[in-house]
Amino acid sequence: MSTAAPDTASPSPVPLLQLRGISKEFPGVKALDDVSFALYPGEVHMLLGENGAGKSSLMKVLCGAYSADAGEFFYNGEKVTISSTADAQKLGIAVIFQEFSLVPYLDIAQNIFLGREPKGRIPGTIDRRRMLTDAKRLLDTIGFDIDPSVVVDTLGVAQQQMVEIAKAISQNARILVMDEPTAALSDRETELLFALIARLKADGVSIVYISHRMAEVFALGDRITVLRDGRRIDGVRPADVTPDQLVRMMVGRTVDMTYPRNFADKPGEVLLEVKNLTAPSGISDINIEVRRGEIVGLCGLVGSGRTEVARAIFGADPIASGEIVFDGKPISGEPDIAARRGIALIPESRKSEGLALLRSVGDNLVVSALRKLFPSGLFDPRSGQRTADGLIRQLRIATPSARQMVGLLSGGNQQKVVIGKWLAAGAKLFIFDEPTRGIDIGAKSEIFALIDRLVAEGAAALMISSEQIEICHVCDRAYVMREGRVAGHLTRGELTEENIVRLGMHHA
Amino acid sequence: MTDITKEALSPPRSFLSRDAIQLFYRLLAVLLICAVLAILNGSFLSLGNILNVLRQASLTFFIASGLTLVVLTAGLDLSVGANVALSACIAGTVIHTTGSPALGILTGLACGGIVGLLNGIMVTALRIPSFIATYGMLWVLNGLTYWYMAGETLHGFPAGFRQIGSGYLFGLPIPVYLLLVFLGIGTLFAQRTIWGQEIYAIGANPVAARLSGIPVTRRLLLVYAVSGTMAGLASIIFLSRLNSAEADIGESLTLPAIAAVLIGGTSLFGGVGTVFGTFIGALILTLVLNGMNLLSVSANWQPLVTGIIVILAVWLDMKTRRRAQ
Repeated sequence: MSTAAPDTASPSPVPLLQLRGISKEFPGVKALDDVSFALYPGEVHMLLGENGAGKSSLMKVLCGAYSADAGEFFYNGEKVTISSTADAQKLGIAVIFQEFSLVPYLDIAQNIFLGREPKGRIPGTIDRRRMLTDAKRLLDTIGFDIDPSVVVDTLGVAQQQMVEIAKAISQNARILVMDEPTAALSDRETELLFALIARLKADGVSIVYISHRMAEVFALGDRITVLRDGRRIDGVRPADVTPDQLVRMMVGRTVDMTYPRNFADKPGEVLLEVKNLTAPSGISDINIEVRRGEIVGLCGLVGSGRTEVARAIFGADPIASGEIVFDGKPISGEPDIAARRGIALIPESRKSEGLALLRSVGDNLVVSALRKLFPSGLFDPRSGQRTADGLIRQLRIATPSARQMVGLLSGGNQQKVVIGKWLAAGAKLFIFDEPTRGIDIGAKSEIFALIDRLVAEGAAALMISSEQIEICHVCDRAYVMREGRVAGHLTRGELTEENIVRLGMHHA
Repeated sequence: MTDITKEALSPPRSFLSRDAIQLFYRLLAVLLICAVLAILNGSFLSLGNILNVLRQASLTFFIASGLTLVVLTAGLDLSVGANVALSACIAGTVIHTTGSPALGILTGLACGGIVGLLNGIMVTALRIPSFIATYGMLWVLNGLTYWYMAGETLHGFPAGFRQIGSGYLFGLPIPVYLLLVFLGIGTLFAQRTIWGQEIYAIGANPVAARLSGIPVTRRLLLVYAVSGTMAGLASIIFLSRLNSAEADIGESLTLPAIAAVLIGGTSLFGGVGTVFGTFIGALILTLVLNGMNLLSVSANWQPLVTGIIVILAVWLDMKTRRRAQ
């Protein structure tokens, strides 16, 4: 779309802030591609998109954390530059991140005026009384009734968010960017936040609001911008679209990615059965079943509890209630027990959780299989080396030798080493957490071919992925998670990106 | 697959592994020090002096070998010296009251092992950083020992018991035999058992080790218990050799043991190092101090020289490591 495309849904002729043709590239990824975006005074502008669609990048460009490679900014119709956070602050742009930036051991007033404290009469001192009255007045204007001398550490998430907003207002913010502000709020707190947003709107403050909850998008939004793969797909008014149409805009990808796979017509016996699993890490009442010969997808938005389910099954996080049955027998305890029973976890961040980067490829390949390879407890380096060499050939790991430091391999080959160590250990269930993250296309299809071979030989796989297209192409069926629960189950026939997104979004 | 071709083209690593290079440098250093000392002082090469060096190195090595395992897991045990003192005093009391050296030896080893296990529990179950847990333990042990001894000195042990520290067998001091035995056991344990391999894996990346199915808690408990037991063993040698025990004997032991581990090439960040390296480290440390004695250099200079050697050794290791990468 051209950068000069008129915004058909504009409520007022002159935008407060306008972005034209913004592009931002990282090595290998086009995070933002010719994105245009207009924000009008006193509107709530919803920003919608899948994981990795470019919402965060756009937000970071807005607040000056990233400087755009190309594109122009206009403030009240005048051309401006935003190349640093200071630039953004001068224009009155403030961001309320999901992770707050408050200092926990200071009180509310100190946090609001951090670095801008009112000076006392004696040089170098702070006028504490004025700071408190100013803070109090500010908190009153946003309708937050609290003593400003309360230490932030003792506040709940919702209250801390209020303090963040008060701080932004005190810096004369005219544009507030909120990243999933209701993600950690209760219903009651959400109502209070919505009331505050209405009040800010009435004062002419513009709000950019990132959300995954459909209900919010329609309840709060004046306009909606949908991003996908770093591009602006469309700008619409809530009244003109249905949730289904929005979902289609978010996913409608037509990239050709085919991974040949023999889908399991008749899956084998049940290998893993998770019953009513609840864990303090934030998942509740999870029921999942994986059979031999199956690749089962586990999808949902980032933060929906997918990784937590994987870790709970593997024993990496404690569970509160429920039962995990593996291979006919209940299982509980630390990862060493799960590993010995035949469960493998291929974690999302392979560098920090999957590998000892400074150790050799060979050391990493045998580390999980030591007990199996050397039942006497005596380690034989030569036999370990032979096992490693065998795996290097079998998985076609590109390395000069088993003695190469594993940190020097590419992402795809490192991932093969992580999978290889579980092959050596003779695992039966492979839990993959984002197995293709940071891996080039060629290595990706190799990894998928490997997973296919594993399950064809009677193993089973549970695969977490944010790439819905991968889930659709590779999995026999999939569970979709939302807010720590299983929101739905999709059979092979029902597995489409739209269905995944629809189940993963918050409708109610 | 661009990344794969690129890797295939990159030159393979040198024939000698990083560990081999580091060991080679260390042996070279030992020879160099010996040569210089032999030239400067004729009595250095006398059998008596060489045996003396080995006997002194053995005491540092016993403490440092167990400590090496702890450091391999990226931990530290600052309580080893205080542990030696308490174990020696308790073992000495048991020998005095029961008259049985065997019982005394067992008590000393057990005392050291239990202290080590407590360190391990603090590090694993209570998740206190090992540096702080064992530092606290150092004070606790000192306090216990001073209270227990109340300024007294244990003195005079059976002749048979004293043979352990000061006796000879086929012309070699008995501690030197013990040194060789424990050097062998330690090396085999670290290099040739799956527990040893798991200890290296834990030190290299504790999170990945746990998620690779290694029982990290149990291995750490083992490592701290071994470190404590080796301190218990050192306390027996000490007691037997000095024929006495006082509350303050441990105070000069911890820092030299750490120095031996570091000079021996074990990284404080974990995952890199060998027990044999620690033996060489103890040897270098002892040789230099011995040489300074022979050359009549004031003992006041010894800490300074030790410090310089530690810094030099670690710096050289980091250089070779960076080159290997």
